[in-house]
Amino acid sequence: MRTTFKLAAWAAAAALACAGPAFAQVSDGVVKIGVMNDMSGLYADVTGPGSVVAAKMAIEDFGAARKGMKVEVVSADHQNKPDVGSTIARTWYDVDKVDAIFDVPTSSVALAISQLTREKGKAFINSGAATSDLTGKACSPNTIHWTYDTWMLANGTGSAIVKNGGDSWFFLTADYAFGHALERDTEAVVLKNGGKVLGKVRHPFPGSDFSSFLLQAQSSKAKIIGLANAGGDTINSIKQASEFGIVKGGQKLAGMLVFISDVHGLGLNTAQGLIYTETFYWDLNDQTRAWTKRFVAQNNNKYPTMVHAGVYSSVLHYLKAIEAAKTDDGTKVVAQMKAMPTDDPLFGKGSIRADGRKMHNAYLVEVKKPSESKGPYDYEKVLATIPAEQAFRPLNQGECPLVK
Amino acid sequence: MTEIFGVPTQALFGQLLIGLINGSFYALLSLGLAVIFGLLNIINFTHGAQYMMGAFVAYLMLNKLGLGYWWALLLAPVVVGVTGVLIERLMLSRLYKLDHLYGLLLTFGLALIIQGLFRNEYGSSGQPYQMPGELTGAQNLGFMFLPNYRGWIIGASLLVCLATWYVIERTKLGSYLRAATENPQLVQAFGINVPLMITLTYGFGVALAAFAGVMAAPIYQVSPQMGADLIIVVFAVVVIGGMGSIMGAILTGFGLGLIEGLTKVFYPEASNIVIFVIMVIVLLIKPAGLFGVQK
Repeated sequence: MRTTFKLAAWAAAAALACAGPAFAQVSDGVVKIGVMNDMSGLYADVTGPGSVVAAKMAIEDFGAARKGMKVEVVSADHQNKPDVGSTIARTWYDVDKVDAIFDVPTSSVALAISQLTREKGKAFINSGAATSDLTGKACSPNTIHWTYDTWMLANGTGSAIVKNGGDSWFFLTADYAFGHALERDTEAVVLKNGGKVLGKVRHPFPGSDFSSFLLQAQSSKAKIIGLANAGGDTINSIKQASEFGIVKGGQKLAGMLVFISDVHGLGLNTAQGLIYTETFYWDLNDQTRAWTKRFVAQNNNKYPTMVHAGVYSSVLHYLKAIEAAKTDDGTKVVAQMKAMPTDDPLFGKGSIRADGRKMHNAYLVEVKKPSESKGPYDYEKVLATIPAEQAFRPLNQGECPLVK
Repeated sequence: MTEIFGVPTQALFGQLLIGLINGSFYALLSLGLAVIFGLLNIINFTHGAQYMMGAFVAYLMLNKLGLGYWWALLLAPVVVGVTGVLIERLMLSRLYKLDHLYGLLLTFGLALIIQGLFRNEYGSSGQPYQMPGELTGAQNLGFMFLPNYRGWIIGASLLVCLATWYVIERTKLGSYLRAATENPQLVQAFGINVPLMITLTYGFGVALAAFAGVMAAPIYQVSPQMGADLIIVVFAVVVIGGMGSIMGAILTGFGLGLIEGLTKVFYPEASNIVIFVIMVIVLLIKPAGLFGVQK
């Protein structure tokens, strides 16, 4: 009798000891994060393995292990193809029990995954893609658009250039969702500020030889040639433009989406003077510098782009939201993320709107001359800070059905 | 100003010239492929990776050894050609008795490995490569500015293509090679070292790819996937020209470059696929290719 009582008491004590923090409602006991991006193609340096490093840093800094939360990261290469991305996402959601997908550059893939995530009731926090439709016509209660979008790029870079005298434009556009969205948003800004669009040409995505299109741009005699493309396409366009004496002939190139990895690939000699907008630069303040030092050590000495910073910031906020909501159900966590203000060393204090748009400051930057650069990746000088409310499209202009 | 189909003639000639420049790359690369396939019956999928290696060797020679463009033009093909010889000796020669497809699989696998290794080391944004000082600047031709370097590309590739065609079709060495591919046993019986000829021919085809790579380095970023994008188009060019025909590969390369250039003017979105549409049409009408000989 006594021994059974003792046994029962020990068993009860053991059971009580096993009861950890209240993460029992987390599905399968594990928060599984999927980082999907371009690991091998033209956007691999902009996103790629660096995003996985950023995600792991966020999990570490959140202290998941200390808090008793099990978090796993899986990654995959969507090769910039919507069908490949959709298949991976479907397998992840249905078979591998992934709870949320992060990053996903290439707007066509992002739109496909946003749709799929909504059907499955999971969470999609996009850091890499650009199309402002993700928080506009295609907005969803399961999607948050983090780092930047085409509207911000168009209004940041576009209006700065038009106000500086660049009032006639010719567009060189990547022929897919991102290029079309960027061209559309930038054209709207140019026309609103009294400029003209003299012509447009769409190049296959990804492209390699832009000489033919640059020639058309040159013969249009537009003052500004707007490059509505990104990554390897932008690098090649800029490089080949210098061969044809486009800049020497008086026309200027406007890189509508440029990352620090592109500047590194071009070299300061070719890239100097380029003006563009971004939401994170590693050398902004002490906190960004400290984080960058840790990132660089784990990322093959390559410095972070704003997309990498966005993955870190979004994973951190996602985990905080799970902790607060005590569940990893996609729709509920996204709602929680919108309810909580954000705060991290990279983007500072910010918030997430009802349409899924993350709000933070944007910076208009110019690439330094080779003589002005004093250290590795010391490439940019900040010309202006655009406050969050002005940087992103006003809530009522997006045609998002979630916004009443 | 006169217009053809709504495009000013001046702009049109500019685009045709660009098309010719692209055609030079297609011609050089398809020549290497045609030599390797036509004479050796090997489908060399590694060609794109070897083109990329040529560009990278030029980049490394400049940055590690301080050797400039002209040295790279001479030495990079030799260096990459030697790796080609090693591949042939150690791996490809074992597959001659088997179906063509094994050679294709091997070279395809090698291409993926080589590209992956370079991408692991150098990332995908590519490295800048300075244009040689003597070739910077441009000529004002009236209807467009022709960068000197692009003009050099057309000239150099025409020279190399015609020289290769001449050696293979008009010299004794070339005739030995052509005979050796038709009937290796008989030619060997005459005392000619056939395996050595095959190895050197493969090395030569690879060297042609590397030569194209060095020429591409100053104008395209030197990146690990520069070959992957190009190789599919080049295969289409070779198929259209006729798999065994050397002159066919050269003419088709330049011709298709021109057609692609025209497409970029009138309907740019299709410029990626126009070559494949032509390939389908040619295969339906003349399966051996425009200049090929039905075997």
